[in-house]
Amino acid sequence: MAGISLELLLAALMVAATPILLAAIGETVVEKSGVLNLGVEGMMITGAICGFAVAVETGSPTLGFLGAALGGAVLSLIFAFLTQVLLSNQVATGLALTLFGLGFSALIGQSYAGVKPPPTGDIDFGPLSDIPFIGPVVFSHDIMVYVGILATAAVWAFLRYTRAGLILKAVGESHDAAHALGYKVVRIRILAIAFGGAMAGLGGAYISLVRVPQWTEGMTAGAGWIALALVVFGAWKPWRVLIGAWLFGGITVLQLNLQAAGIAVPVELLSMSPYLVTILVLVIMSADKRRAALNAPASLGRVFHATS
Amino acid sequence: MIRRQFTALALGAAAALSALPGLAQDKPVKVGFVYVGSINDGGWSQHHHESAMKMKEHFGDTVEVIEQESVPEGADAERVLTQMALSGVDLIFTTSFGYMEPTLNVAKKFPKVKFEHATGYKTAPNVSTYSARFYEGRAIEGTIAGGMTKSNIIGYIGSFPIPEVIRGINSSFVQARKMNPDVQMRVVWLSTWFDPAKEADATKALIEQGADVILQHTDSTAPLAVMEKAGGVIGFGQAADMAEFKPTPRVSSIIDNWAPYYIERVQAVMDGTWESVSTWDGIKEGMVQIGEITDAVPEDVATKARTMMDDIASGTYHPFTGPLNKQDGTVWLKDGEVADDGTLLGMNFYVEGLEGSVPN
Repeated sequence: MAGISLELLLAALMVAATPILLAAIGETVVEKSGVLNLGVEGMMITGAICGFAVAVETGSPTLGFLGAALGGAVLSLIFAFLTQVLLSNQVATGLALTLFGLGFSALIGQSYAGVKPPPTGDIDFGPLSDIPFIGPVVFSHDIMVYVGILATAAVWAFLRYTRAGLILKAVGESHDAAHALGYKVVRIRILAIAFGGAMAGLGGAYISLVRVPQWTEGMTAGAGWIALALVVFGAWKPWRVLIGAWLFGGITVLQLNLQAAGIAVPVELLSMSPYLVTILVLVIMSADKRRAALNAPASLGRVFHATS
Repeated sequence: MIRRQFTALALGAAAALSALPGLAQDKPVKVGFVYVGSINDGGWSQHHHESAMKMKEHFGDTVEVIEQESVPEGADAERVLTQMALSGVDLIFTTSFGYMEPTLNVAKKFPKVKFEHATGYKTAPNVSTYSARFYEGRAIEGTIAGGMTKSNIIGYIGSFPIPEVIRGINSSFVQARKMNPDVQMRVVWLSTWFDPAKEADATKALIEQGADVILQHTDSTAPLAVMEKAGGVIGFGQAADMAEFKPTPRVSSIIDNWAPYYIERVQAVMDGTWESVSTWDGIKEGMVQIGEITDAVPEDVATKARTMMDDIASGTYHPFTGPLNKQDGTVWLKDGEVADDGTLLGMNFYVEGLEGSVPN
């Protein structure tokens, strides 16, 4: 591809994928515990403004990201209270959470429009970043890019190798059985929901503090929905979610680069390419129906009511 | 003073006005505004809002302003407009191109309500259009861009391929080429007026492709924020001054000055003299203003830009003056010929030298 540097493309891809990756990894854990939280977009945008506000007030991006995680988690606890304690419908509550988050963030954000956040610096890897090709691609990013990858690894290891991960999966597969074994289904799910909220908050803050960096209403612009789709795309497996995020981020960046490089491909085709590829991969992956069904947590979206 | 005038007028024309219940002397004129973005987007919508507020300030209690922000173009707009019309609004300003059909549809249903559609080209007995000759401002930006680029690559973030945006691309490109014959322009279409993340990504892509001057025709300040972070890249304020990015990356800006027009049109409703018009004003009338050219621009380039501004204002220069060819090499304007408004309003072609094709 003439005119497009693969090196820069790969570097940009990792940045573009980070917000949706963070949110999708969080949602993976939530869905593994058997809860479907469609409020990712709302938690992301809340995280975006909470992180932005904290970073501006304290002057520290690190505190900003912590504030974003806290903001997202607190918002998700509303969802947890409604669905786990009051046993409301998860789909409806999740959608409501998105609407609430969008409005709530616009309200807090009133006085932050046009304000510049403190810059989030890139990590200094010293000589590592001078390695040709690998340096700029892998060792030239801000800390959150690595947090996203580490979170993927951590969630993978947690689900695969730890007892707590096994319990979480058990709750997601059959909450009645898990309950009968004496596990606190509701408590475990609330913790998972809070984790998902915190991760979505981080993803949102990445957009407002690093990627753009500024606050504008509705700035997540549907990233939360893409994160939700990624979880299904990745068949609830962390590494596949990561690949999905890179694929989506990569094509988004690629289509902009193709346009910027002046390569004669119809713009309409380029604009819809990320969505086309997502649909295509989903179709291929779900072709084997039995396996796709096996991967989905069996209790996903079902209301749990302890009868005894 | 204005209020007294209005009262006197209302009394004087009491007979005529009594036929229009919405205009009774003690009732303020209700004016609605519909925005595509939020009123603190830092650009297009915010500037319409601020102009609306200036209008409100001008008239005081005799005007009641109703605003609706972040209204998507399409079916939702029609619902919002119907709602506004039903609530007794006398005059509605719809401030985005995509509101054209919704405005006309709703206007048909409410013949007594007056509509003003920004940047469109379709009118009706109760629908006016108004727009600014942004391409005049683009010519100034093109001059600065051509004079300042070192990589000879100018980036352009386009929203939708409508005549208004295409005019801007052509206008800036023509002037940039005059300053520097080696200039290339790279256009990225985003299919949105407002999506900070996408605008930021597009800016990054353009910078990676070597652009060191980037023009935007989207509404947020995200591109300037990215340019500031990247360093060594300059851009321009769009629709609003975006002064927070002075002196660089923002080296100048196109400011839309709607307030005088809003005041004039609301006054016309009060006077009962409102009729459907198509207004297209530019630098001369003050609807397009050029924000301060900062010190980051070399003096000779800045002088050229200012001279062009004066020439456009005095009417001695038109940004589209021949000889100019279309992209395919056919003659568009002969030597000395000036583009007519009809062609400009419907512009759907690139001029010679631009790469790529206009999306459908």
